[in-house]
Amino acid sequence: MNDSAPWIILFSPLIAAALITVVTQPFRKTSSYLSVAAVAISFLASLTVFAGPHREGSINWIDLGVFQVRLGYLIDELSKMMLLVVTGVGLLIHIYSIGYMKDERGRSRYFAALSLFMFSMLGIVLANNFIMMFIFWELVGVSSYILISHWFTLASAADAGNKAFIVNRLGDFGFMIGILMVWSASGTVMFEELGPKWSTLGLNPIYINAAAIFIFCGAVGKSAQFPLHVWLPDAMEGPTPVSALIHAATMVAAGVFMLARVFFLFEPAPVALGVVLWIGLITSLLAALMATQQDDIKRILAYSTLSQLGLMVAAVGLGVPEAALLHLFTHAFFKALLFLGAGSVIISLHHEQNIWQMGGLQRKMPVTFWTFLIGALALAGCPPFAGFWSKDGIVASAFDHNIAAALVIELASFFTAYYMARLFVVAFLGAHRSEAASHAKESPPVMTIPLVLLAIPAAIIGFPPLSTFFLQVPEREGVPTLAILVSLVVFLAGTFFGFTLYREKSKDPILIPLFANRFYIDQFYSALVKWTQDLFAQIAGFVDRWIIDGGIVRGLGGVTWSCGFALRFLQIGNLQAYAFLFGLGVVVLLYLILFAS
Amino acid sequence: MVTLNDYLIVSGLLFAIGFAGVLLRRNLIAIFMALELMLNAANLSLIGFSRFNVQNGLPDYNAQILVFFIVTVAAAEVAVGLAIIVALYRARHTTHVEDLNSLKF
Repeated sequence: MNDSAPWIILFSPLIAAALITVVTQPFRKTSSYLSVAAVAISFLASLTVFAGPHREGSINWIDLGVFQVRLGYLIDELSKMMLLVVTGVGLLIHIYSIGYMKDERGRSRYFAALSLFMFSMLGIVLANNFIMMFIFWELVGVSSYILISHWFTLASAADAGNKAFIVNRLGDFGFMIGILMVWSASGTVMFEELGPKWSTLGLNPIYINAAAIFIFCGAVGKSAQFPLHVWLPDAMEGPTPVSALIHAATMVAAGVFMLARVFFLFEPAPVALGVVLWIGLITSLLAALMATQQDDIKRILAYSTLSQLGLMVAAVGLGVPEAALLHLFTHAFFKALLFLGAGSVIISLHHEQNIWQMGGLQRKMPVTFWTFLIGALALAGCPPFAGFWSKDGIVASAFDHNIAAALVIELASFFTAYYMARLFVVAFLGAHRSEAASHAKESPPVMTIPLVLLAIPAAIIGFPPLSTFFLQVPEREGVPTLAILVSLVVFLAGTFFGFTLYREKSKDPILIPLFANRFYIDQFYSALVKWTQDLFAQIAGFVDRWIIDGGIVRGLGGVTWSCGFALRFLQIGNLQAYAFLFGLGVVVLLYLILFAS
Repeated sequence: MVTLNDYLIVSGLLFAIGFAGVLLRRNLIAIFMALELMLNAANLSLIGFSRFNVQNGLPDYNAQILVFFIVTVAAAEVAVGLAIIVALYRARHTTHVEDLNSLKF
């Protein structure tokens, strides 16, 4: 049993996806239960794996002599923790989806895609080599594309799916180059072999840094870091459970997970670490600023996800991947909770996502209200909720290593507390600001129970004895008093500002177009894409018009035409002249055949 | 004694006369008749070959069969050719080859 557990974890969602697609497509209810059952099996198997020892196993998948691709699993601290997060949060979100997608015609398609996504994500987590990881990495991209554009008849959803896929491909291309660089230098893609070998190869430092930066490109795409962050807010076009599962808890965490998995590539590469650190910090701060001016509840959460992912990436850049993982771990719970809470509000307000159309939900939706409050406090970094502990780990090491980084993180945290207070005050407190809000009702138990189940870990999982049970965080000397104090002050200040500014308001008192328009980055990309496309189109047009058309096509045609024109003067039109020439030809041929040789 | 050469000379003469007719006559009907003459020149030489290639006391029937084919095809050709000439005459009111040069550039 224990030997096959990783394979069961990996393949049960795939089997569910296949069964749903092939067999139970017309039976929507069966499809959803099948999908949930598959994740439940994966979750149970993950529990046995978590209790079991570290180990590795693989089968040869493709064997072409020197070129071998293995399909295998690597069970260690990292993947154990990640398995629990992915299957645990995934299970709750699957259950929640049953309620959320109740009236949906494409439910079978939705659950098949969800199962396919679970399969791909678990593949990344279990992978023991780069090739397998890359394959599943791409599969995650595909299934995320399917899920984002679930409502494919909406142009915006279809576009968002395309955008996510294309932007991810940009990052993945860099990732592929990085993998090839590592492979060609070391001759292996197995993490276990690569780890000890990499630093002993005596490679050029430039090569090491370049390889690490290219590998990091993959994480930039998948974890939506600046400058490839643009797809994540648009991905909110998908159903809310998808946003919770993919764009909060799992898929976007894959980038951070990958960085932690191959951290040995970054250890000897200080320049690459610097790049990682500052990309993370920039993302964190920019996204927090953007979030302060958004009106769509899911978009605010999307930007906060960006910001938190930036924080994790920055932690990797600081050289403490353990802190990043701890934050990933807690973030998965409270962000999934926030998204599911938002989904509960959205459903009960009949698909209203604008926070200025909400308000006064405290009495109407008590379970959603309290669980959302827990999630928001955890995200904002309020002690003793989970986010405080994990963020504190990052802040403390930032104070140890790099004071500038620490300041940026604190600034981002300030805005995080501020926009969460804004979101909470506007969406839940005050008076009803729309007809729908005054008729809001609490969601059914199938949706509220996952909320409660997620609220518990979001509240308590950060406590050191609990968190160290799941993840080994390195011991540090002394309590980082300074970091804790600063974080606390920042949290209180942010919450205070957000609370006082937005209390009892019916429209936004602050308007900063720069933030609301996301620093015009999307517009800039559109212009850039348009400009480069126009340039290419003009070059291609020139080549087509003058070289291919003018030179080759018209040239060949012209030569043929002029030959024909010259030759047609030979046609004299007299039948007997032709017959005479024909006879003459026969005579010449006869002469040649009979006498000349 | 008549030899194969005599046949072939007569055949060659007939062919030459026919060819000259094709080249020199201006009337399509006359050209057509000259053409028939050329076909029959070929027939004559084939018969000559058949007659003088005796094996086991029998002439070579392959050549004679070929002659039948030529006669048949010639008959078909006459039917088609005369039809074309009639159609041409109806369209152009002439059977003179010098007037039939509209394919010239």
